Amino acid sequence: MEFRKDLFQNERDDNLNVVGKGVQRQDMPGHVTGRSPFFDDHAFEGLLHLKVVRSPHHHARIRRIDISAAERAPGVKRILRGADVPVNKNTLLSLINFGKDDEPSLAVDKVRYKGEPIVAIIAESEAQALAARALVRVEYEPLPAVFDVEEALKPGAPVVNDTYPGNCFEYHEKYDHQKLRFGDVERGFAMADHIVEDRYQMSPIEHAPTETNGSIAAPEQNDRFVVHSCAQGLFFSLGTAAKIVNLDSNRLHFIGGTVGGGFGGKVDSLTEPLAVLGAMMTGRPVRYVLDREEEMLHGGPRGAERIYIKDGIARDGRILARHIRSYFDAGAYTRLSSYAAIKCTAHLPGPYTIPNVTSDIYVAYTNRCPSTAMRGFGITAVDFALEVHMDKGAEACGLDPVEFRILNAYRDGDMKAHRRVAKNTALIECVQVAAEKARWPLSEEAQRQSSLTGGGGARAEIPATPIDENGRINRPETRGGRPTQTLPAGTMRVPMTKQPIMEGSTENRPSAPSVPQYEPYRPATAAPPPPPPPVPASRSAAPPPPAAPPVPPPAGPAPASQHGAHRFSSVFGTRRR
Amino acid sequence: MAKVPVQFRLNGSDRAAFADPADNLLTVLRRGLNDFGPKYGCGQGTCGTCSVLIDGELRLACLTLAASCEGASIETVSGMADGPSLHPLQNAFMEHFAAQCGFCTPGMLTAAKALLDRNPNPGREDVIDAIAGNICRCTGYEPIIQAILAAARTLPAQRRS
Repeated sequence: MEFRKDLFQNERDDNLNVVGKGVQRQDMPGHVTGRSPFFDDHAFEGLLHLKVVRSPHHHARIRRIDISAAERAPGVKRILRGADVPVNKNTLLSLINFGKDDEPSLAVDKVRYKGEPIVAIIAESEAQALAARALVRVEYEPLPAVFDVEEALKPGAPVVNDTYPGNCFEYHEKYDHQKLRFGDVERGFAMADHIVEDRYQMSPIEHAPTETNGSIAAPEQNDRFVVHSCAQGLFFSLGTAAKIVNLDSNRLHFIGGTVGGGFGGKVDSLTEPLAVLGAMMTGRPVRYVLDREEEMLHGGPRGAERIYIKDGIARDGRILARHIRSYFDAGAYTRLSSYAAIKCTAHLPGPYTIPNVTSDIYVAYTNRCPSTAMRGFGITAVDFALEVHMDKGAEACGLDPVEFRILNAYRDGDMKAHRRVAKNTALIECVQVAAEKARWPLSEEAQRQSSLTGGGGARAEIPATPIDENGRINRPETRGGRPTQTLPAGTMRVPMTKQPIMEGSTENRPSAPSVPQYEPYRPATAAPPPPPPPVPASRSAAPPPPAAPPVPPPAGPAPASQHGAHRFSSVFGTRRR
Repeated sequence: MAKVPVQFRLNGSDRAAFADPADNLLTVLRRGLNDFGPKYGCGQGTCGTCSVLIDGELRLACLTLAASCEGASIETVSGMADGPSLHPLQNAFMEHFAAQCGFCTPGMLTAAKALLDRNPNPGREDVIDAIAGNICRCTGYEPIIQAILAAARTLPAQRRS
């Protein structure tokens, strides 16, 4: 391990007790002796086993459920249906009053994804529960399904989730997506010498922890239930289970914290509510564990995202405008996807200072397994798209991709697109060190750049941002549309090669890209005006010169410093409206 | 289906359980005999978390019928330490941070012990080959390899040739 203590040394107190030193973990003795108490490593007398019947259809109406044969099967103690679940509709973030309840524990009238649980069998052994499961008869009326995020948002698409008939999550019950507006991207595109746009499609990714999701719930003394849980957020799971089984949370005793790999896939409380309900109904310990097939097929994955990026870049390599439109595939129910879009928006436009930024991020419902948290969900996918796009931008300008990043990197004192001042930035130094490690040659100018200098000033200004006649941020109208194919006069469209520019060794690159000029920053609005693009009537006529007071954006500049809960205020929607 | 008695030695002790003839060894160890060292990861022989030694041979408990173990000698991670004294592999795993979530660790240790029992002086490729059937989803393979090589170096000299 190497620590670059030469960087930012005057910003840091090095009197650290643990960082940089090898300290034994407190859970290591348990791990190497096999004594670490994972949820399933607990013995109970009279343990019962719960298995669920899952939908074979992506989207279907449930006509009839016949459990009579299963009830008579050997070893079966109890069968649970939707009507047995006290509160059979929930959304995870309802614990912080965010979003509407939309997901049943056991489906009642409809199934909305393949694998959705419908009936729970509780039996003396796993084998008996599985045998009885095969005896449950469910009559379905298959319904049209939708699997594509943009198809789902078109008028007339099958309604996936009746709570959100538009097939998109509604923020604060009135906004159909997360919107970011900073400056005037259309003007930025008009001034640009290069327009680079592309589409990026991610895949769902399963966490695949070696320990599958599961829990054991058992009646405890004092009229409580003890729950051994795999949950990553133990109290989150406790609150979710308490709501669904309609118990006061102090009647649930959750034990956990030893998790056999989670990566985000163990925050959904997939098993805890039904295990507790089973223990309530039978008075016996109930174990509900997903098998590997269920974990892979029906444990929520990282949601797939479709991302469109359009950059307008000046000849010297400065990005003048960036527009991002993205669709987060939530699957059939919300779970945490609403939060992913907020995180994604908060991350844009990446660690770069770009004077004109817009983004429109949608959470779309499809008839897929509901997606959930996974390691930087909402961030990692858009970062992949942004960085691939940065390479394409560098290629369009004929610039070295590393120099291109340093040129556009944000610096301390810059205004970010969210109208907060950037501080503790370190992209330039990260890129410099990475280039050094990779023996990637950097110009002397690039090596001299620093996050600590060159920021602020004109780069700290909040630009004029077009608004509509109602005072709301509005342009460009992109819902359902393709990225514009019409380029403003004076710009040139550069066809992209298929080969990644960074492939191969540094020594034998096919052509030596030119080195950008690290001139003082010129705000985009100060550049020589191009032929003005057609101005909609609703928009203020001409962008003001930089000296003039900018048109105040609807949200207004954020206070200089915000801490704690305010930083996450967009979740609650109380601060920025 | 009527249960059948099955007897074997488990970590040096004589143990007996009643098992369904279709029960695998993993179920009987965990739910019949409360040995929670071996883990259920996949139930289909691909992840290695249920690895045990049967008569000294590395086996997957999830693919072994319990009834077939009658009279066998079975070792799990739970019996690897000699009382309070940890096995050199266990010490090496601790020293080299060769566990993250810890769920694959019992299987990794068992596979490593099988390797060192038959080859006290393995090379890096031998170690990689030995744990090839064990999945660590936290992807901490490198410290695990280092720990096993370090443990081999601490074995008594007479075992190394």
